[in-house]
Amino acid sequence: MSMLTRTRGATADDLKISGTKPKESMISRGAALLIMGVFTLYFLVPIWWLFVSATKDRGQFLTTPSLWFADWNLWNNIGDLINYGDGVYLRWLINSLGYAGIGALLATIVAGMCGYALAKYRFPGRELFFNVILGGVLVPATALALPLFLIFSQVNLTNTYWAVLLPSIVSPFGVYLSRIFAAASVPDELIEASRIDGAGELRTFFTVSIRLMTPALVTVFLFQFVAIWNNFFLPLIMLRSEELFPVTFGLYAWNTQLNQIPELRTYVLVGSLLSVIPLIVTFLLLQRFWRNGLGSGSVK
Amino acid sequence: MQHTTRAGAIGVALLAAIALAGCSTGDSDSGTDAAASCAPSDGPVTLEFTSWIPGIEDAVKMWNDENPDITVKVQTGPNGNSGTYQNFFSQLEAGNAPDLGQIEYDAISSFRVQNGLENIGVCDEVVAAKDQFIPWTWGQVTLGTADEVYGVPQDSGPMALFYRSDLFEANGIAVPTTWAEYKTAAEQIRALGGYITNFSTSDINQFAGFVWQANGDWFTNDGDAWTVDLTGDESTTVAEYWQDLIDNDLVSSYPAWTEEWNNAYNSGEVWSWNSAVWGANSISSGAPDTAGNWSVAPSPQWEAGQSSAGNWGGSSVAVFKGTEHLYEATKFALWLNTSEEALTALNVSANIYPATTEGLSLPSLQEGVEFYGGQAIYDVFAEAAGQVNPDFVWGPTMTQTYADVSDGFKKAVTGQGTLLEALSSAQDSTISTLKAQSIPVAE
Repeated sequence: MSMLTRTRGATADDLKISGTKPKESMISRGAALLIMGVFTLYFLVPIWWLFVSATKDRGQFLTTPSLWFADWNLWNNIGDLINYGDGVYLRWLINSLGYAGIGALLATIVAGMCGYALAKYRFPGRELFFNVILGGVLVPATALALPLFLIFSQVNLTNTYWAVLLPSIVSPFGVYLSRIFAAASVPDELIEASRIDGAGELRTFFTVSIRLMTPALVTVFLFQFVAIWNNFFLPLIMLRSEELFPVTFGLYAWNTQLNQIPELRTYVLVGSLLSVIPLIVTFLLLQRFWRNGLGSGSVK
Repeated sequence: MQHTTRAGAIGVALLAAIALAGCSTGDSDSGTDAAASCAPSDGPVTLEFTSWIPGIEDAVKMWNDENPDITVKVQTGPNGNSGTYQNFFSQLEAGNAPDLGQIEYDAISSFRVQNGLENIGVCDEVVAAKDQFIPWTWGQVTLGTADEVYGVPQDSGPMALFYRSDLFEANGIAVPTTWAEYKTAAEQIRALGGYITNFSTSDINQFAGFVWQANGDWFTNDGDAWTVDLTGDESTTVAEYWQDLIDNDLVSSYPAWTEEWNNAYNSGEVWSWNSAVWGANSISSGAPDTAGNWSVAPSPQWEAGQSSAGNWGGSSVAVFKGTEHLYEATKFALWLNTSEEALTALNVSANIYPATTEGLSLPSLQEGVEFYGGQAIYDVFAEAAGQVNPDFVWGPTMTQTYADVSDGFKKAVTGQGTLLEALSSAQDSTISTLKAQSIPVAE
């Protein structure tokens, strides 16, 4: 589709071919930089605030300027946070990594296989299946949480790891992305060649196709990881036992108890700061693949 | 094509199965409607208890150590209106509600009209415990009925006046004892550049506490139908009083519990707060720079010489419909809320202010509090606890009522409409919400 809508000058390739560089007006360039600068600030200031606030003790939090440091208490705060409630915060962090890591991995495999099958095999009802899955993209996860709770109650799966993990391995958007990408990046000839060489369908998928689809799969993994990490409503509905909470839900529960235990305010802040770190690390590690993936999708 | 048809058929079968499963839960629910009898179970029992009170595990552990036959498992979550109530309703729907749950007084009616609670009034021990509780807290769990009880009161929130004694003294302003004096003081303070208090538009419970103190009554239930009266004489008096203060710019209107709000108290911009006993913590954590400068006095009265107090907050432990261990559940709930060891543990870990008359004399509540210049502030609240009108009843749709009043109040502080208009429109929408839920309304 990008082939059809591509216009001259839209990509760097075209610029090289045409040879002459179109002149940028200083005003439009300045305006673009200004807008980017404003938005960068807009996104970074809350994180800066969070970081600065996490380094203060409870008294200084209210009495010192909110965007600059007072005494450096970050290490003490982290120590207190980890010790509070028998180390329940670490437990939540590990839970979150488990839900998001395992969930995203399974979701990526399932979505990748499903998308690949839809792209590369012809079978009756293929378009119907695909349309139903596409419809799934439109249904917000929040709307499904209550029905899921009622169904899980029937089989006694509420308040277990499964209650959060099982719904997380479904990613309609991942299937969509995998299908588009598989159609574009896995040549039919290659699959045929591998069949002629005697590989079965599964082996073809796992040894040949999956490598070609890596950028798309990394993207699916990243999206799903972030989605599960931030998914708040499903754990809220499903979980009762503190030791099963993911970190987002645990921090929320603390935040609603501030009236009773004021020192929780510091823990919520430091806890939020620490909980962002795994996401940043995942992004940085996978960013290379990810950019690559989005790029190939658009120019292929 | 054939495949498509088959897939469709499987889909229909699945849907039917889910629908059937749904029906069968409904059946089993109606099966438990018959009044459960309050008899001990055979053998050891495990109870599930959901609460968001921090540190309640410690009290429960004491119970478990002493009662090996009745083990209580605590589950936790965010506080009631932040998600736990919604979860209780889903669990009741799914038929897997815990045996016991924390429910604030203003939410008991909602659970009652949805048939989610057991009437623990069938247990003799509960009836016998009545006299241990402060009378108005008992009124909150009986919902004004004669022999039905829907929870064991846990804590209460009698209201009094927190004020900056240093500022009042330095400027020669007397501590107001009536609301008329409060307005005079407000004018003096405004002239000095401060505000006497902050009017909360988001937390309607404070306003309800004022109406409660004025002997107003928002809801009555005569057993057949609910009467809604948000605009009665007392509510009108209270609304017009605060409207006057707002119109004359004598009170600030920061959203409660925010950083601006904390800062207004911390910086000395706002001088007093008419709040519940647990407000003592909100101030000490929100305004740390003012340590030692606060005091507590009884709430201003409408007539000189009166002694009437409002209430803000408080909760109970209720037993959910469908429990198989009504006897054991009530036994635990009574222990948790009447025994000195449990009340002390809850007071230490979560600043719970007890609902029993004995509890008010806990040793931990007799000491002077450093933040309040060493004043034994809980004496003031203990006195207020005895002055709360026992007849105030909450309606069954408080979430909606609060939201509507709050919307109107937010507009009123910006000059669009008045507090009274907000109450009046919330009155109308409350009546239509009740009717929409098929709850009978007396007109």
